Amino acid sequence: MTAVQPQTDQITLTIDGFEVTVPKGTLVIRAAEQLGIQVPRFCDHPLLSPVGACRQCLVYIEINGRAFPKPQASCTIPVENGMVVKTQLTSDVAQKAQEGVMEFLLVNHPLDCPVCDKGGECPLQNQAMSNGRGESRFEGKKRTFEKPIHISSQVLLDRERCILCARCTRFSKEIAGDPFIDMGERGALQQVSIYEKDPFDSYFSGNTVQICPVGALTGSAYRFRSRPFDLISTPSVCEHCASGCSMRTDVRRNKTLRRLAGNDPEVNEEWNCDKGRWAFQYTMAKDRIAVPLIRENGVLREASWPEALAAAAAGLKGKKAGVLVGGRTTVEDAYAYAKFSRVALGTNDIDFRSRPHSAEERNFLASHVVGSAVRYSDIDQADHVVLVGIEPEEESPIVFLRIRKQVRQRGLVVTAIAPWQTRGFKKLDAKYVGVVPGTEASAIAQLALTSASVIVVGERLCESAGALSAVAELASKSGAKIAWVPRRAGERGALEAGAIGNLLPGGRPISDAAARVDVAAAWSVESLPSAIGLDSTAILAGAASGAIEALVVGGVDPFDMHAPEIAGLDKAFVLSLEMRPSAITERADVVLPIAAVVEKSGSFMSWEGRVRAFEQSVPETPHHSDLYVLSLVAEALGAPLGFSTVKGAAKEFGTLAKWDGARESFTATTASTAASSTALATWRQLLDNGTLQINEPNLAGTARAAVARINAAFAKSLAVVNGDLITISTDRGALSLNVEISDVVDNVVWLPRNGVGSQSLRMLGALNGAEVKVRKGL
Amino acid sequence: MSELEPKRAIDGAAEESIHIPIDGPAPLFTQLKGFWTTFAAQFKKVTTVEYPEVKEPTAPRFHGRHQLNRHPDGLEKCIGCELCAWACPADAIYVEGAENTDDQRYSPGERYGKVYQINYLRCIFCGLCIEACPTRALTMTNEYELADDSRKKLIFEKEDLLAPLRSGMLQPPHPYYPGTDDQDYYHGRVTEAHPSQEQK
Repeated sequence: MTAVQPQTDQITLTIDGFEVTVPKGTLVIRAAEQLGIQVPRFCDHPLLSPVGACRQCLVYIEINGRAFPKPQASCTIPVENGMVVKTQLTSDVAQKAQEGVMEFLLVNHPLDCPVCDKGGECPLQNQAMSNGRGESRFEGKKRTFEKPIHISSQVLLDRERCILCARCTRFSKEIAGDPFIDMGERGALQQVSIYEKDPFDSYFSGNTVQICPVGALTGSAYRFRSRPFDLISTPSVCEHCASGCSMRTDVRRNKTLRRLAGNDPEVNEEWNCDKGRWAFQYTMAKDRIAVPLIRENGVLREASWPEALAAAAAGLKGKKAGVLVGGRTTVEDAYAYAKFSRVALGTNDIDFRSRPHSAEERNFLASHVVGSAVRYSDIDQADHVVLVGIEPEEESPIVFLRIRKQVRQRGLVVTAIAPWQTRGFKKLDAKYVGVVPGTEASAIAQLALTSASVIVVGERLCESAGALSAVAELASKSGAKIAWVPRRAGERGALEAGAIGNLLPGGRPISDAAARVDVAAAWSVESLPSAIGLDSTAILAGAASGAIEALVVGGVDPFDMHAPEIAGLDKAFVLSLEMRPSAITERADVVLPIAAVVEKSGSFMSWEGRVRAFEQSVPETPHHSDLYVLSLVAEALGAPLGFSTVKGAAKEFGTLAKWDGARESFTATTASTAASSTALATWRQLLDNGTLQINEPNLAGTARAAVARINAAFAKSLAVVNGDLITISTDRGALSLNVEISDVVDNVVWLPRNGVGSQSLRMLGALNGAEVKVRKGL
Repeated sequence: MSELEPKRAIDGAAEESIHIPIDGPAPLFTQLKGFWTTFAAQFKKVTTVEYPEVKEPTAPRFHGRHQLNRHPDGLEKCIGCELCAWACPADAIYVEGAENTDDQRYSPGERYGKVYQINYLRCIFCGLCIEACPTRALTMTNEYELADDSRKKLIFEKEDLLAPLRSGMLQPPHPYYPGTDDQDYYHGRVTEAHPSQEQK
């Protein structure tokens, strides 16, 4: 809390005989840290409000020669001029007080250390050794509780071990805004409790496990799996969304056992979301593709690398090809795809957007997003944050936490333009502007912003024609910053790397001849293709019509796109780079296995444009990164990429990453005025059917239920109540879900885009704002 | 010159070469004394053991192969805490813990050792693992015949290390003795498997 408040007043005090000058308002425990003096503590956490619950940090304090009558908790006392603090290092009073508190904490703490998951990395264990009495004097019977209780499917609570520091409850209340756990009972029976009817339904519950200073809260996934000394820990970066969280990946014998939030004050502070923490089983899935596969007589068979590379080269050579990259690649891999497409295939028909997209969006990305550097700190300093086309809690949880922090601390004004007032918007205290999907443009146009404002734009705003134009207009009028926040971790990096039809690396417009010459010189090729490339949908359509004869496809699920021409995959030669069998590999002619994020090094680019480099976490793996595999294919095609390592690719991209020339110009699109009688609103929830969330039932257990949301008036007109089944249909399909009456705008039905039993894209083929029919029952 | 004084000074080059006087063959008596020692030895008790036909018992605290002990009703004492692996200076022990459930109970309490391996190519028989074990699950036997012809055979799995089932013991997994909990096991109040369980 203290780090963020700018304080100019300095205060000088003495701690253990050393003078230290710190900003006014600093807590004594924090001032001691600056001198390298470690006062033992449990409840104190720099990002949570001080509470003084555990009493372990007692120190002796004098002010101007007058001592406090008793030792004081240094985590709650701000520094004063002339303060003289004596910690356990110089004061017997403090030492004795700390030993006494430790003795009390251990009275009811069970001797679980050998079976406890925290054993070996437990602040209580460590501080009992460093600051406690050597021997126990307790001979009574310890208070016991039923061991462990599930407070959600992924978090276990062992109340015997709890020392009531209230870190978890404070985190849930202050940071996540999900106060589903709280202290119940009093005295020796006090315990962390959940509400009888509400489970611990928070997307951030994993953080409570990480900050618990004892083994009271543990995760189901890591239960009894390992000890700290077994683990190889590697700093890493989360691959699940574009927030760019710093992480720590713990690996035992080449198996990823756990991932923790890393500490990066500029990005995720010390938090992450449950998906980032627990969705990593996909890397160890049994159906991982281990060796290259070649289609022979209609079936895929295993092949050697040279054979598969020869087959890939033969299939691609001289063909008119397109490249679908997918949104999950690292910057280096995306750069390899971008270069492969231009150098080896001679085409600009490349697109990383394996999701609904539009020409307006591509133009917007090339003119307003690429090369921009809006940061989390801009949210910290913003006077007004506008959320449009994004539900940050579901689609970029750390952006949500950062906005919420500012809302709590200084009452940041948030406006949410959305069709449904979600719990996330309510937690942000957002001014909710309810709009029917498709009509966002007019709501955006009515906003009055300043140059200190930030417009947070989600990737799905492109589904509303004219909305991105309205954002661009608003930004140029007011000077507000545009923060384009895609869902997938690789999208911003792929954009910068030029894995899109209208841009070369560094955001150089393909239409700019000087930019083409620039890149051609860097790549030592004579010239680069000058025609603007097709987008993902057009590439698939081209494959279906025969205009494109070969496809190179990265980690793409075609059903993430709107109305994909699957037939194109059957018709064209398809080279697929994949980890696990997918709709693409089912139709591919050659499949080459690639490494998961934990098995390779590289870097992601967060929505800010911040480069988040990471090292390989799993020491031994048979898999290679996309760029290595592409370099092999390029070599087989006789057009080498010029690099085969992540370092090489990063170095080469580094020379191309900056472009001083003009960006692509933006052509505004007019918003459509066609109104639908019943419109669809749909987006992805954080925890859903995503391919990277497989094999983790504990995580899936906390996913929000897939329900159809309509407002009370709509429900009345359909004569349905909460829990009734309704069917939503288009001319392409139908799906049935239970109703939950919510704060949705009139005549709009909201569905999860990829929930269990509710894949609105695949089953309805409908985007936001599409006309749907809703009826009661099946 | 006392016995404790070094025969050769470390510094002082003059003393580096020691003069060994050679003054002809030893006197006859000295030679006979030597022959006598050899001759007399034939009548001494033989200390050589005809191993492997004959096996001498080891010292009672000899550090031999490990054993994973059981509670008197057959449940395993090992709780999979990995403290033995932590203590091991040779990194010879590999443990993976897992959770006991009511249907699949291997040990009292929440946790049991699902995988337990000792690599006898690495083990130095120091016994630190025994000292570390909080439940006395791991002890050492006096068995020393641990040679084998492949690396794989010298990695002992849990079933190789577990103590044999004695009478009154039942092969886990099986539930607690009726009416008891983990504390009763730790305090030695369970002395045998319940007859109802044995009939299963």
